[in-house]
Amino acid sequence: MKKIISFVLLVIIFIGIYFAVSQIPYGKDKMSVSKHYLNNGVKENGASNIVTSVVLNYRGFDTLGELTILFIGAIGLGVVLFGFETKGKDIKSPSLILNAGSTFLFPFILLFGIYIFIHGHLSPGGGFQGGAVIASGFLISYLGYPKKRISEKGIHIVESLGGTLFILIGLLGLLLGGYFLSNILPKGTVNTLVSGGIIPLLYVLIGIKVGAELAGIIYKLME
Amino acid sequence: MDFLYHNIHFIGAFGLMFIGLYMIAVKKNLIKKIIGLGFVETGINLFLIIIGYIKNGTAPIFSKAGLDPARMVDPVPQALVLTAIVINVAILALALGLAIRLYGHYKTLNVEKIRGLKW
Repeated sequence: MKKIISFVLLVIIFIGIYFAVSQIPYGKDKMSVSKHYLNNGVKENGASNIVTSVVLNYRGFDTLGELTILFIGAIGLGVVLFGFETKGKDIKSPSLILNAGSTFLFPFILLFGIYIFIHGHLSPGGGFQGGAVIASGFLISYLGYPKKRISEKGIHIVESLGGTLFILIGLLGLLLGGYFLSNILPKGTVNTLVSGGIIPLLYVLIGIKVGAELAGIIYKLME
Repeated sequence: MDFLYHNIHFIGAFGLMFIGLYMIAVKKNLIKKIIGLGFVETGINLFLIIIGYIKNGTAPIFSKAGLDPARMVDPVPQALVLTAIVINVAILALALGLAIRLYGHYKTLNVEKIRGLKW
């Protein structure tokens, strides 16, 4: 009975949504904001990836809020799971293949993550994605060595450092450029590694912060 | 058939949302409810990306000279979805943490057996 009621309710809701959505043109022209970003983004920011330049420059303040949300999520997880003990847990020691494989793969996964966030302004990718890749490296090292722990203090220091430096760069932009997170560094030539002003710098900081935070979340959930 | 052909993207996105909301409403296991939450968020992300698409569009990256900005897809929804995915991770982590805590307290994940959560 409950199933039928919820099904009917959902069908009614989605019929309403259909009438709203059917008015949206699909595959047609863009908004004027996006046109401005696409036509002038390279000139104004020097980053060839327009998504990056939207995320970190036109809407950089949003990204700060996003980092704050992730930070609050990690803190909330820590609060919820504080003092939680699983009784009588027996960790099976992993097989030799997993053990050796995780040791072998860990530096390469880290390198790949760093590559993704350093090239965030040139190719698809960026700080959040690179951070997630780095956290997956920590996950595989956890699977290989379940008894080992990375120091929680180190994670906190790294993630606070990333967040603080992000805000400091933003305030420097306020001081020198007139608004928060303004692009104060020289733009450089498009499509080279050193281009886009503060964008690569910010993405490196975001990558480090997100990597540390997600690794912390993984370790907290695995306990 | 013509209707299906022209609206298959919207059907996909809203189908995911429908499945997710149905799971949240009906399933009794908390972990399945959380998976439903993930479904809803994926559907919404897909919908946002679809809105920014233009016919025969390319990625909004000027990787070589001479690319036409008019043929690129909308970068703004993509940036928003980037934000949404990160928030999604935070929400899922928090929800799983709460589920772990509930399991530790009640020794079950069935919502009907947890007092105070009945509907």
